[in-house]
Amino acid sequence: MITTLPNHESDALLRELFTRRIALLDGAMGTMIQRHPLTEEDFRGERFKNHGHDLKGNNDILSITRPDVIKGIHRGYFDAGSDVVETNTFSTTTVSQADYGLEGAVREINLAGAKVAREAADEFMAANPGRRVFVAGAVGPTNRTASMSPDVNNPGYRAVNFDGLVISYAEQIEALLDGGVDLLLLETVFDTLNLKAAIFACEEVFEKRGMRWPIILSVTITDASGRTLSGQTVEAFWNSVRHSKPLAVGINCALGAAEMRPYIEELSNIADCYISCYPNAGLPNAFGGYDQTAAEMAALVGDFAAQGWINLLGGCCGSTPEHIAAIAEAVRLHPPRKP
Amino acid sequence: MTRTPALRLSGLEPLIIGKGSSFMMVGERTNVTGSPKFSKLIIAGDYETALSVARQQVESGANILDVNVDEGMLDSEAVMETFLNLLAADPEISRVPIMIDSSKWSVLEKGVKCLQGKSILNSISLKDGEETFLKRARLAQRYGAAVIVMAFDEEGQAATKEDKVRICTRAYRLLVDKIGFDPEDIIFDPNILTVATGIEEHNNYAVDFIEAVREIKATLPGAKTSGGLSNISFSFRGNNPVREAMHSAFLYHAISAGLDMAIVNAGMLEVYEEIKPELLIMVEDVLLNRRPDATERLVDYAEGLKAVGGDPKEQKAEQAWRSGTVEERLQHALIKGIVDYIDEDTEEARVKLGRPLLVIEGPLMDGMRIVGDLFGVGKMFLPQVVKSARVMKKAVAFLTPFMEAEKAAASDTSSAKKILMATVKGDVHDIGKNIVGVVLACNGYEVVDLGVMVPCDKILAAAKEHKVDIIGLSGLITPSLDEMVHVAREMKRANFDLPLLIGGATTSPAHTAVKIAGEYQHPVIHVLDASRVVGVAAELLSEDRKDAYHLQVEANHKRLREEHAGKRAKGDLLPLDVARENITPIDWAKADLAVPEKTGVLTFDEIPLAELVEYFDWSPFFAAWEMRGRYPGLLSDPEIGAQATELHQDALKVLETIVKEKRFRVRGVCALWPANRVGDDVELYANTQRSSVIGKFHMLRQQNKKPAGQPNYSLADFIAPRDSGRIDTIGGFAVTAGPEVGEYADSFQNNHDDYTSLLVKAIGDRFAEAAAEWLHKQCRDLWGFGKTENLTKEEFIREKYRGIRPAAGYPAGPDHTEKWELFRLLDATKHTGITLTESLAMNPASSVSGLYFAAPESRYFAVGKLGRDQIEDYAKRKGMPVAEVEKWLGPYLQYDPDAELVGVCMPGVLNS
Repeated sequence: MITTLPNHESDALLRELFTRRIALLDGAMGTMIQRHPLTEEDFRGERFKNHGHDLKGNNDILSITRPDVIKGIHRGYFDAGSDVVETNTFSTTTVSQADYGLEGAVREINLAGAKVAREAADEFMAANPGRRVFVAGAVGPTNRTASMSPDVNNPGYRAVNFDGLVISYAEQIEALLDGGVDLLLLETVFDTLNLKAAIFACEEVFEKRGMRWPIILSVTITDASGRTLSGQTVEAFWNSVRHSKPLAVGINCALGAAEMRPYIEELSNIADCYISCYPNAGLPNAFGGYDQTAAEMAALVGDFAAQGWINLLGGCCGSTPEHIAAIAEAVRLHPPRKP
Repeated sequence: MTRTPALRLSGLEPLIIGKGSSFMMVGERTNVTGSPKFSKLIIAGDYETALSVARQQVESGANILDVNVDEGMLDSEAVMETFLNLLAADPEISRVPIMIDSSKWSVLEKGVKCLQGKSILNSISLKDGEETFLKRARLAQRYGAAVIVMAFDEEGQAATKEDKVRICTRAYRLLVDKIGFDPEDIIFDPNILTVATGIEEHNNYAVDFIEAVREIKATLPGAKTSGGLSNISFSFRGNNPVREAMHSAFLYHAISAGLDMAIVNAGMLEVYEEIKPELLIMVEDVLLNRRPDATERLVDYAEGLKAVGGDPKEQKAEQAWRSGTVEERLQHALIKGIVDYIDEDTEEARVKLGRPLLVIEGPLMDGMRIVGDLFGVGKMFLPQVVKSARVMKKAVAFLTPFMEAEKAAASDTSSAKKILMATVKGDVHDIGKNIVGVVLACNGYEVVDLGVMVPCDKILAAAKEHKVDIIGLSGLITPSLDEMVHVAREMKRANFDLPLLIGGATTSPAHTAVKIAGEYQHPVIHVLDASRVVGVAAELLSEDRKDAYHLQVEANHKRLREEHAGKRAKGDLLPLDVARENITPIDWAKADLAVPEKTGVLTFDEIPLAELVEYFDWSPFFAAWEMRGRYPGLLSDPEIGAQATELHQDALKVLETIVKEKRFRVRGVCALWPANRVGDDVELYANTQRSSVIGKFHMLRQQNKKPAGQPNYSLADFIAPRDSGRIDTIGGFAVTAGPEVGEYADSFQNNHDDYTSLLVKAIGDRFAEAAAEWLHKQCRDLWGFGKTENLTKEEFIREKYRGIRPAAGYPAGPDHTEKWELFRLLDATKHTGITLTESLAMNPASSVSGLYFAAPESRYFAVGKLGRDQIEDYAKRKGMPVAEVEKWLGPYLQYDPDAELVGVCMPGVLNS
């Protein structure tokens, strides 16, 4: 009697992959973009030549203006062993693009981000028969928080609210699905209320389309307090969002693998879905760079795999295709976690 | 991984309400309809003071906070948003989940959009029809919120039990069957309505609610129940003593019926047992609708209620030692453990010597050195040392403000060597650890005590933060051994080089050598008891001797490892089937099977303390203080008799206060079930017709070779086998001296009185053991043979009666996980408040659980080492992976489970 929506075909394929072996996500996008000496003109390209706001640093628009760079990065990760790559759309919501005055281009940037990753994936599969790889639509946290005030003197104030976030997220999710992504990755969650709005938006879009796509949630534990920026413990976070019945839940960013270890262990103990994890390549050095080598990082996350905590591993800030390749080698012989 | 179904809420921290959870209090004061004060504050826009109301509820123990701003003069949606946003900024309040309370859906929706945690929407109902009800429930799913469902339908509010159950059942079926709502997220509120109104139809309202709760909990799986408590007593507005008595009596009965939570004034609930007996009778007459004139009688009684109070004061006599110098007096006080004059003597010394630090380094440290020396040569005993430490602590506490004023002095204090102490994750026992801490402190070490249930990462972080010199781990139950191994491993991984001390009842030199020391390259030392710890610490921290000492410890470990390997290699165990041939010979056809008067679960919400004192076995109490010997002979022991007598006197004083002031509430549950042995399992039946199996206990069997005529015991042997055609019984029990033990002990510790704190905890353990004995007596009486046993007190303590009382995790049944089944069958957490930690320790610590056997042949034994064949068989019987059984029974395995897994990539395959 319960009417449930059918699942997109990628759901069964990803479940089969996660059951069979530990799957690989990609590494950092920003770190790889920095390897290219890109100028303001590169960011603007033809499309935004006359835009009235500086655009250098708005990485997401490179999917339109330098698709060659972005596709090359995706390709590099597939070649290193990634099963899933994330679209270059971390900040492509109206809320985040407002900083650049590009709210109006959000759909276009998302479509371009999905398209370039889709092409990289399809080309890789054509060249490697038997390999099935996936494109995850990256949905970032936005640059505003719904449960904290940016003004210490006015703790009741909010720079964004739930309804505003739902509209903004739904717009991004629609565009990513139109662009052909296989799943959605709601990531770098530092305020659980923002994520709950994103989940709400997913449900609205899925209902409208009459189909469900797999979603993966990834929270950010900010420091050794073991809490999110908005103050929740790992288990409190999970209780807040388990209604979304995600394909996987995990942790990324802010910490290196060594610091992340107790929280991954805890999450693995409490969550009844698959577990993902993509730490930074260590903690940042004095210049904000990341020094952890591929071998060091692989040894640390290899231990997570050996403990039986993990289904999907990748890297966040500071990680590169070399890191992914080393991780792939380190986890090859460990069985995946059984949820 | 399968997780137990439960209602999983959160604020900044998680709150789980499932089978076995304790009752949850939902704070009601942040509700404009119930609290005139809060209402005034909200209308006036004084949010800051309104927040303090919320904070007070959380501080008073509210597990959840109800927020209601339904006030006609206000824009409730806007006020809800503002108040919740402000509340989110206060981490003390937003720690707990929020129950958003409004009669308007738009306000609930506004509220849920402000909260990052998993909240409760209070409420939805069938009042506006199925379509609206389901539409709102679907939205609740999408917001990730639980819901309160009121027992309302299109016809109105349900007042009778039948209507309440009918409407709730209809709502449940709609939610679960139509939209797949998680039943754990449904909380029914079957309407608490006011009684004692003078209207006859209202007289049964309390009973209707309680019975509806019982039926809902029994028939709607997963669903929870709640209610707004203050309604019940609305007729007695202005008479708080009567209202409070009604509240706690009503809750007492509703909770027994299965009520999971209620909206209450947290901090204002009277303890059921403390309601005056005559008031309680009248209140219960009203609530339970026991007599037609109940209301009039309660109204009359309420008029005459008057409070009484008054404290008697004690006087103390001056003694000869008071005439010495201040240094002599301080020394005397330290050695004798007298705190009566410590503040005035310390002050006198401070004035005399000029600086507070000089008092500490002078007379106080001199006194403690003497204490340390006397203890070292066996002329002082632990209880005295702990008393001396109390004097020292009080003196230091007195001096601290002076030292803080004198900034320069503060930097001098960091020279002491620091030792971190912790009871490991999953374990709650801390008496031994606290004693070791006190002894170390007496010997000039600074102790960083992290308390109980401390996870590994906290230990390592604290070790770094405090720059400690040694880490000490403690644990009482066997699973704690694994956690200690884990800590050692993590210390290695994090490149620690600190020595690691291991102590506690199940730890041993052999386990330390074989399992822990191998994981960590720096010294790992098993410390047998508090009297050894100072010597060990001194060796480890001595620049000259530490290397030699480490070598000596290593050599010792090597020997222990070799001995251990030798034992394992012998493999002299019987195959399981051979051991099973040699079971305890009992002729079941002729056996005298005791038939109990009744079976099923019995609960005891407050076992009289005075009665329990009769069952006290004092010998283990003295053992906790490292004074070994049998009581009462111990009191006249030529060597330690005097000290033992003094300790006993002090304990009796504390005990008297505990009994007189009812400081503890000892709760227990026991049950007798029809049962039969099937193989090495014991099956429990719903009734003597064996119509359904309601549970199963799994037993282990001795596998060591026995001399002729001696059986290979298993506890299962003492229950008649199913194929004997006869039905037997088995009993189970759980008792606790309650969280009050820890709370009362802490009140002393906070006042720098470790001695009394330890006395309280040790007495708490005695109460729990005595309650187990007391319950056993009730069960023997039920079985019949208890009524004629005529035992003296001494014979009781020596267990000279028929039958035994083995506990899971102890030698006859070493598997702690059997407690899961026992707790499930007894519903022990609900009845007693005892919870099981991840290591199967019982929390609170002063708790006991186990089984009762009635067979005259039953006896205690140690199961000893177990072979792989039995472990595999046992795992299959329990439906548990072999690796997990091996983990829980690690110290009992005759083989090394890790050795044979080397080179296998998929350990899971071995278990299938």
